[in-house]
Amino acid sequence: MATPKAVEAPKAVGAPGAPTAPHSRKSVTGTRKAVAALFLLPALVLLGALVVYPIGYSLVRSLYDQTGDGFAGVDNYKALFTDDGIRTALKNNVIWVVFAPTVATALGLVFAVLTERVRWGTAFKLVVFMPMAISMLAAGIIFRLVYDQDPDKGVANAVWVGVHDTFAEASAFPKAHPGRDSPLRADGGGGFLTEEPVRAGVPVSLPLVGVAPDQMPGGAEKAVKARPEQGAVTGTAWQDFTRGKGVGTLGVPDPTELGYAGMRIEAVKDGKVVASTKAAGDGTFTLPAEADGARLRLPAANFKEAYNGLDWLGPSLVTPAIIGSYIWMWAGFAMVLIAAGLAGVPRELLEAARVDGATEWQVFRRVTVPLLAPVLAVVTVTLMINVLKVFDLVFIIAPGSSQDDANVLALELYRKGFSEDQPGIASAIAVFLLLLVIPVMWFNVRRLRREVRR
Amino acid sequence: MTGRLERVMDKLNGGVVRAFLIVVGLFWLVPTVGLLVSSLRAPEDMSASGWWEVFSKPSQLTLDSYQKLLENGDITGSLVNTVLITVPATVLVVVIGSLAGYAFAWMEFPGRDWWFLGVVGLLVVPVQVALIPIAELFGKIGLFGNILGVVLFHVGFGLPFAVFLLRNFFAEIPRELLEAARLDGAGELRLFARVVMPLGGPAIASLGIFQFLWVWNDMLVALVFTNADSQPITVALQTQVRQFGNNIDVLAPGAFISMVIPLAVFFAFQRQFVSGVMAGAVK
Repeated sequence: MATPKAVEAPKAVGAPGAPTAPHSRKSVTGTRKAVAALFLLPALVLLGALVVYPIGYSLVRSLYDQTGDGFAGVDNYKALFTDDGIRTALKNNVIWVVFAPTVATALGLVFAVLTERVRWGTAFKLVVFMPMAISMLAAGIIFRLVYDQDPDKGVANAVWVGVHDTFAEASAFPKAHPGRDSPLRADGGGGFLTEEPVRAGVPVSLPLVGVAPDQMPGGAEKAVKARPEQGAVTGTAWQDFTRGKGVGTLGVPDPTELGYAGMRIEAVKDGKVVASTKAAGDGTFTLPAEADGARLRLPAANFKEAYNGLDWLGPSLVTPAIIGSYIWMWAGFAMVLIAAGLAGVPRELLEAARVDGATEWQVFRRVTVPLLAPVLAVVTVTLMINVLKVFDLVFIIAPGSSQDDANVLALELYRKGFSEDQPGIASAIAVFLLLLVIPVMWFNVRRLRREVRR
Repeated sequence: MTGRLERVMDKLNGGVVRAFLIVVGLFWLVPTVGLLVSSLRAPEDMSASGWWEVFSKPSQLTLDSYQKLLENGDITGSLVNTVLITVPATVLVVVIGSLAGYAFAWMEFPGRDWWFLGVVGLLVVPVQVALIPIAELFGKIGLFGNILGVVLFHVGFGLPFAVFLLRNFFAEIPRELLEAARLDGAGELRLFARVVMPLGGPAIASLGIFQFLWVWNDMLVALVFTNADSQPITVALQTQVRQFGNNIDVLAPGAFISMVIPLAVFFAFQRQFVSGVMAGAVK
């Protein structure tokens, strides 16, 4: 910042009458005031008309009713706390201000500390910082794609479903059900049960229909009639229907029909499962002798709807999802500022702590973080101000159906002011936003006053 | 000796750190790659399967969407508008901000520091505060829907940062340089143009890049103050978002085209951009 000069420079020429103020940076030239005014005029006029005047206008306008004719007192401000839309917006803004800046700053801190330890740290920083250069609109479109509900399109759900299905068993036959003349009946719990007990040595037919051809499991082969086997219950579970060819011979596997590869089959006696197995690729299965006299059940797990992932942009997740996209954009900002702060931390301090036997975690927790505290504070406060004004991301990412649930003050101001024709309330929101940033304004001015006065 | 154990632990830690950073890096890249790939696939493919399928079927890649987009007059017109808004808004902020920054740094007039602090106070004023008043004002003086109006708005809200950044930078110019120029008989304007502006290069570059990206990427201000003829690319694309599923072939390439210039600027001027961001941490 401004470097004060200890030695007063010789008095400038051409300004015999200029007062010698004790300031370090007095005019070099002893400029006439008129010239100074000319230099300042464009900036001050524009600032006055475009920034200062609107503040005054909003203050006054917020006290008048929606048409602007009648004085309304604090009615518009009351609406801030009674109007449902604004209350949702307020609530969401609180969530935003609490979570977005802290998570972004925490990630920035972790990234800044860790990138110091790898050789390609700069490349990593570039990747994380890059989203700052693009528009929130572009980021919004990017994340509309990411959050697409269909796991075959949205990468978030593709990953989520992938993880989910790794741990939870996927069901393969969501819409399968017995056709005409089937020996199977619904068991009341989503599965199906044979009406008659089965006998060892007598092959069982378990025909079902209803699975779309492209939904058949990958391992399905041509269905085969099971061979009778002494001392075992055998049978076939298959799709008794071929598109374009119909059922063929009802209840008998035709050459074009496919087996239900992987279908779970249980033998049930008196409500207890005595044996279970899975159908092979051609739909055939074999159960041990215990199954003799039992009824066969195709449990409900076979028929559950496939897991479809999370409704990221539905009412309950939409705000966290959009905050996620904000963090994607702004963690890089935190990282770069913190990395700059980290570069100023004396290495000897860290080394000394390590020599004293501190673990990396202790060094981080007890030395690095406290030394960076001022930077962390600046980053968090900056992001908080930024978050208060968030508009584009919510406007773009939240689909029409959940935009009310994702509402934030800046968006509500836009709606009230420009689509609902309620400029009084919109002005009250504007004044409210301004009030929220005034502490920071004051802080900036105070910090700078010390500097300009040096 | 625990030395060996520590070395093993260090290696392991190094491995874990590297793996973690690689995963995070991928996490950060995937969304953008998704947009890029989406913009390079036919809409039929997009509605049939996820963009990642392209890695097993690279033949799906096509520039058709881009070609169609560039034949779309609305989009190309809005790209021109983006340039028409961004360039003057950047140049004006730099020029007007430099004049004021110089005056605040080196001229003497009553209440100078108070005026400067007043400008600094305006740094954090949210643009939202000005939308309704300025919309009304522009409506009265016929600037509504006009590119000039949007430019002026961006200049107004760019100025506090410009004045703040440049005043602080100019204040560090050695007094001797200015005095020498003055002794050579340079007038105030000449001093400004020949000495201050060239010396202020780095700060002016940071400011210019920052303001350029800010205005180029803006949607809200343009959404309020432009109409169908003067809207920039961000607003043109925004109007398409309503039918998100149906016009991904416009949105994806459009978003990517709108990102190309900012990304090019970002990669070309990383250093200036970062120093602009650092100085602007108060904004």
